[in-house]
Amino acid sequence: MSTMTAETTQVYRVYIRTSPEAVWDAITKPEWTERYGYQGVADFDLQVGGKANMRPGAGMREFPHVPDTIIDGEFLEVDPPRRLKQTWRMLMDADLAAEGFTTLTYEIESVGEGVTKLTVTHELENAPRNAHVVAGGIEAEGGGGGWAWVLSDLKSVLETGSHMAAG
Amino acid sequence: MGVTDDDRVFKALADPTRRLLLDRLFVRDGRTLTELESELEMTRFGVMKHLKLLEAANLVVTRRSGREKLHYLNPVPIRQIHDRWIDKYTEHRVSALLDLKDELENA
Repeated sequence: MSTMTAETTQVYRVYIRTSPEAVWDAITKPEWTERYGYQGVADFDLQVGGKANMRPGAGMREFPHVPDTIIDGEFLEVDPPRRLKQTWRMLMDADLAAEGFTTLTYEIESVGEGVTKLTVTHELENAPRNAHVVAGGIEAEGGGGGWAWVLSDLKSVLETGSHMAAG
Repeated sequence: MGVTDDDRVFKALADPTRRLLLDRLFVRDGRTLTELESELEMTRFGVMKHLKLLEAANLVVTRRSGREKLHYLNPVPIRQIHDRWIDKYTEHRVSALLDLKDELENA
């Protein structure tokens, strides 16, 4: 066996029957982000150094102690409709927030025949609790299925107009 | 995509070596071909062939890190199957049971 360096980066990919522009909108526009996955409302200032925050959606606001901002961060790269890179910190819970900022990158690429490839790379160095959550580790406790669940739902919303996330 | 996508996923999963490769990546993600090969009784070429099929099914995603090519387990296609099929059937079964309960209780 070679060195056992713990891999802390997670990579997710989904192919969606739509245009890169539609994928970009679904990731960056609040009227889209509140329709799939955790249904958070994007509160973005889409420029380098601009805020990359998420506010809770209608469903989440019903729960007690949900903060006004559930994710905060800052954009590092903004290249529509190809690439979006940001810092990302989960504020839903003190232990998760304490792990600090992680790095999230969206890469969007047309692969022809009206299909777009979306790759999400989440670098989670020194953030094992967040890594567990975004990998879907707390789904049984009602914490949602992480990136795989979000992207599966995003595909469904873009291709069929309706989402499948339990709710 | 659609049906063809699912076909590729099921075909990729229908082989024990490929399932083993996914299991190894589940335990520890982001491995090189050399690392994966060292745990299997198989030639480098054989492992490469299986990884290619897994990549074609979108169950493995590769990423360059310096001079190395790292392999990551991508659970999204399996999640799609889960969301599309498993959820649908379990929901049906649950509602069928509830209907039955209703009928029996109101009989």
